[in-house]
Amino acid sequence: MSSYDVLVIGGGNAGLAAALTARRAGARVLVLERSPRELRGGNSRHTRNLRCAHAAPTHILTDAYSEEELLADLERVNEGETDEPLARLVAARSADCVAWMTAFGARFQAALRGTLQLSRTNAFFLGGGTALMNSYYAAAEKLGIDVRYGAEVTALKLRNGAFQSATVMANRATSEVRASAVVVAAGGFEANLDWLHEAWGDAARNFLIRGTPYNTGTMLRALLDAGAAPVGNPSECHAVAIDGRAPKFDGGIVTRLDCVPLGIVVDRNAERFYDEGEDVWPKRYAIWGKLVARRPGQIAYAIVDAKVRDLYMPSVYPAIEAGSTAELAQRLELPAERLEETVAAYNRAVQPGSFDHTALDGCRTSGLTPEKTHWAQRLDTPPFAAYPLRPGITFTYLSVRVDADARVLAADGTPFENVYAAGEIMAGNVLRKGYIAGIGMTIGTVFGRIAGKSAARHAKH
Amino acid sequence: MQNTEIKREGARVLTVCNACRYCEQYCPAFQAMEQRLTFATADLNYLANLCHGCGECLYACQYAPPHEFAINVPKTFARLRVQSYEEYAWPAALGAAFRRQGVWTALVLALVMAALLFGASAMLNGDALFAAGTAADFYAVVPHGVMVALFGAVGLFVLVALAVGVVRCRRDFAAAEPRERGGGGAAHAWHDVFTVRHLHVDGQDCVTSLEVRTPWRRWLHHATFYGFLLCFASTCVATLYHWSGLPAPYPYASAPVLLGTLGGLGLTLGTTGLLLQHRRRDAALSDPSQTGLDRAFLVLLLLTAASGLLLLALRDRPVMGVLLVAHLGIVLALFVTLPYGKLVHGLYRAAALLKYRASTGHRKAG
Repeated sequence: MSSYDVLVIGGGNAGLAAALTARRAGARVLVLERSPRELRGGNSRHTRNLRCAHAAPTHILTDAYSEEELLADLERVNEGETDEPLARLVAARSADCVAWMTAFGARFQAALRGTLQLSRTNAFFLGGGTALMNSYYAAAEKLGIDVRYGAEVTALKLRNGAFQSATVMANRATSEVRASAVVVAAGGFEANLDWLHEAWGDAARNFLIRGTPYNTGTMLRALLDAGAAPVGNPSECHAVAIDGRAPKFDGGIVTRLDCVPLGIVVDRNAERFYDEGEDVWPKRYAIWGKLVARRPGQIAYAIVDAKVRDLYMPSVYPAIEAGSTAELAQRLELPAERLEETVAAYNRAVQPGSFDHTALDGCRTSGLTPEKTHWAQRLDTPPFAAYPLRPGITFTYLSVRVDADARVLAADGTPFENVYAAGEIMAGNVLRKGYIAGIGMTIGTVFGRIAGKSAARHAKH
Repeated sequence: MQNTEIKREGARVLTVCNACRYCEQYCPAFQAMEQRLTFATADLNYLANLCHGCGECLYACQYAPPHEFAINVPKTFARLRVQSYEEYAWPAALGAAFRRQGVWTALVLALVMAALLFGASAMLNGDALFAAGTAADFYAVVPHGVMVALFGAVGLFVLVALAVGVVRCRRDFAAAEPRERGGGGAAHAWHDVFTVRHLHVDGQDCVTSLEVRTPWRRWLHHATFYGFLLCFASTCVATLYHWSGLPAPYPYASAPVLLGTLGGLGLTLGTTGLLLQHRRRDAALSDPSQTGLDRAFLVLLLLTAASGLLLLALRDRPVMGVLLVAHLGIVLALFVTLPYGKLVHGLYRAAALLKYRASTGHRKAG
């Protein structure tokens, strides 16, 4: 049986932040990563940036973004439901993340070309999250952190609220790893289809998982079973409408579709069901996952015409094209008459206006249920193009409760002696609903560092 | 892989890249890629020749194998590149040579050339070939007129073949989106070419393997490239000397000998280093079918430089005549393969960088 000061379960951003911090504090550290080396890094490998407060422009961030503003953004998306002291901690500690990350080899994009107008609030990793994880793993190796790939922790052994050892399955053999302290940074349960089924019923069978297939929530379940206090809605997940042709797992960023506001969206019965032009897409894409999840068969189709084809980011899958609505219906296997009626009714309801896809242009329909309130133009210019939409799950909200030292708390509020959590497995403390770009990486980095420091300190005593 | 299949694969890979764009600040290939939605042959050729094959984007890729998208941009571009070399080659029939090269064919070619020269010299000028102590008089072995006629004819052919290739390449790139916006950026482009800027993204060198950034590949390339230029300069200066009534041999401290020695050392060092690096290079990054193409050029350059240096060192010895003929044979083999070998990568990449700076990157300084 091998023995370490600090055992880190999970090799994503939070796990590596914890491991690097603990190692720097002098601890002997082991990281157990469930995936093979080539797919290491959990969902962090699909990320692109991290949200961070800063007082003045830097070479990678424009303008200024105060801690108060970051906190306000967090409270807004959570509709006030956040653990305020912890949210405040995330906002405050976000400020020095970039410097800390850079010290471990992370590289960032220059601010001017930052996409999505996020360069004020978010620092973009040069090459994305996979490049960031490569830097971290290289730094870990250099510092003498042990890393085991393909190593799944199947159980945690605790005695009187104290972690004793972890049961590890690797190469079809089981072993025990002892450690003075454990940092659990093993993500949520979004890749566990059975668990999703519990919350969503049969609809879950048609969900696509945007990230790693390894986040099955084994550690989340183990901690909850050991008496950790849950936090966050157990059936909530962050779901985005993505291209329905995406792979079941790990489709990542390229499966997104940005064309919804520019056309109409119909379900399997060729009926519209929601205002496609309610707001700009970055503010609406996250509600469309659940909208589609509630439609029959968990599928919908975004339909645009030739007028807007150059106005959205290309999808990785080709549009399904047709010269007429009837032909399109045939291609999509939708009831043709119904689709023609839906499009005709929509076209009749479109009010005159001056279309501007870059602003809330007020081009709307009138007398339609549901209305389309912006960017409503007639669908009249062939070829028509359609993209299937399905719910793409990014992450789940259910988490274990932690304190400001990243210690996992039991139901009665007392902390476990030597069990810490970081990353998605505890993000629900701060994030109860909604999402703001890059905040997952901020929570992971901030709490990863705190957990690493706390765990190393505990191990020394 | 078949021609059309490589193109189709190229378009598939770049469609994924274009939807992702995480690599956009690595190099011009990605910045130029973002300016189109579809990928025609001209686009693919242009983008592939912008790529320096550093590998950074493969290691950073969330869709690299074993992901089912199996995205490998460096390898895809390498395949497209060699195909573009073939498409631009003149005469077209010789384009196939790009696929059929190897170290052994290069060696055999050099041997054959040397043997032919040797035979001719022995027949026509046997005394001088084996005469001892010819006081470093190369022209006693192979008369100046013969050398000029032989290398002039081959050189002319090489120049025409390369020029046709460059014209075809420029025409092809001109059809790629985005179109050039007339003039501008050329100085930046040449700076990019002569510094091999894009082998060191963002001021740091690119990865040779995971997270190990060393400047060696760039420096070895510099040694090879500038060594080649110095040797060329040496020949030019010697020609000028000859025409202005200063016949060879030249003293060690003369311009032609100094230039040639420095160039030869650079070439020897650079090509040896690149050959060694080539063996250690991550197999995932390159197209295995191009190993021969890469190494044949390096080996001929190395042999040229090494035989030249040896000739210089032993130019007063009886062995000079044989060495001279061997050296000339190697140079001849190098020359005839220039338009169908790895040399063209420099020309086409320069053309791609010129287009890039004149279109996409025109606003981006330094």
